[in-house]
Amino acid sequence: MTRKRRRLTVVFLGGLMLSTAAALVLTAFEDSIVFFHTPTDIATKQDLQKDRRLRVGGIVKEESWRKKDDGLTHDFLVTDLTHEIRVAYKGIIPDLFREGQGVVVEGRLLPDGTFRADEVLAKHDENYMPKEVAEALKKSGKWKGSAVTGTPDGDKPYGDKPYGGKSYGGQKESAQ
Amino acid sequence: MLHRFANPTRFLRLANAVLPWATSLTVILIGAGLYFAFGASPADYQQGETVRIMYVHVPSAWMAMFAYAFIAVASAVGLIWKHPVAHVCALAAAPIGACFTVICLTTGSLWGKPMWGTWWVWDARLTSVLVLFFLYLGFIALANAFDDAARGEKASAILALVGAVNLPIIKFSVDWWNTLHQPASVTKIGMPAVHSSMLIPLLLMAVGFTMLFVVLVIVRARAELADRRINALRSARIHAETAQSGA
Repeated sequence: MTRKRRRLTVVFLGGLMLSTAAALVLTAFEDSIVFFHTPTDIATKQDLQKDRRLRVGGIVKEESWRKKDDGLTHDFLVTDLTHEIRVAYKGIIPDLFREGQGVVVEGRLLPDGTFRADEVLAKHDENYMPKEVAEALKKSGKWKGSAVTGTPDGDKPYGDKPYGGKSYGGQKESAQ
Repeated sequence: MLHRFANPTRFLRLANAVLPWATSLTVILIGAGLYFAFGASPADYQQGETVRIMYVHVPSAWMAMFAYAFIAVASAVGLIWKHPVAHVCALAAAPIGACFTVICLTTGSLWGKPMWGTWWVWDARLTSVLVLFFLYLGFIALANAFDDAARGEKASAILALVGAVNLPIIKFSVDWWNTLHQPASVTKIGMPAVHSSMLIPLLLMAVGFTMLFVVLVIVRARAELADRRINALRSARIHAETAQSGA
């Protein structure tokens, strides 16, 4: 084996071991790496229901957003199309906050099952298009995933991130 | 093929031939890209005018990763085949990549405040890009930490290879974990997630940034080679002088 060959082998094996180590570490810490939990996680994983700060992410359910007259007190449902959770929040919401759009809320789960948020972040999806195109798509019925109309047609409505993957019709109201 | 460019003289001849072409392409592409990005392209249906930040943010994010991949490959070539020009190229690319990373982080933060409602979150994508920035700083610091330049080259090359494990983590962080950052738009399979009126300026900027990277690497590598040559000549003269006075 020449010296070059030996160095090549060392670099290759080193890279292989390093990637394995990184993969193991990342898998082990998966629960801490995720930025938010889905309403389904909250409903099914017992250790998430303890009294601690956590983030919940999903879609703001259509027609669930209620705003008090002070313009600061908000109340809405966050759904992953399987489970949903009621969120109460007092404060300023970001510009992109809309019904049918992704959202991440941070706060505590109360014993009655509602989530008291002290921070609300809008989650943007990966779609970029001019307003006219969005309207034309909706008119022609080719709209996939709807931030505006709220009628996802089941074909990966919210991009590659599945929020449970079921349509609105088949959802359960179990987190109520 | 690589052996042909291991020779600094041959490398310089090629670099000097490429440089004017790359420079004019940079000017044309970034010029056209900026014209479309800030004038001729439409506002987004959700983000409004804020979408224009993307035309700088996304290409610099790609370049931040591309520059690091370039450094890692150059370091591997330098370590395994001992090509002197490889380390020079890696060293030349490092501050450029670090700058692209800073641009990416800053523009992302400026976009995040109005859109997400926060300047910064510790989600997997943002954190892994910040780690990339520190890897760049570590690489630059380590390369310059030794009196013996060859030892610095070797140590920093190993660091570059170890840090390369971060690249797939950055790329796939948005698919592997829940993140606040949106998943990939341009490389999405199926229906394009970016409308062509926005995709064209984005790609113009991306190719323009790549050309800019080529130009800057050539200029910096040329300066580094000239610097080494001066040092070699100087130490040769000192040797000659001490030999003379000693005799």
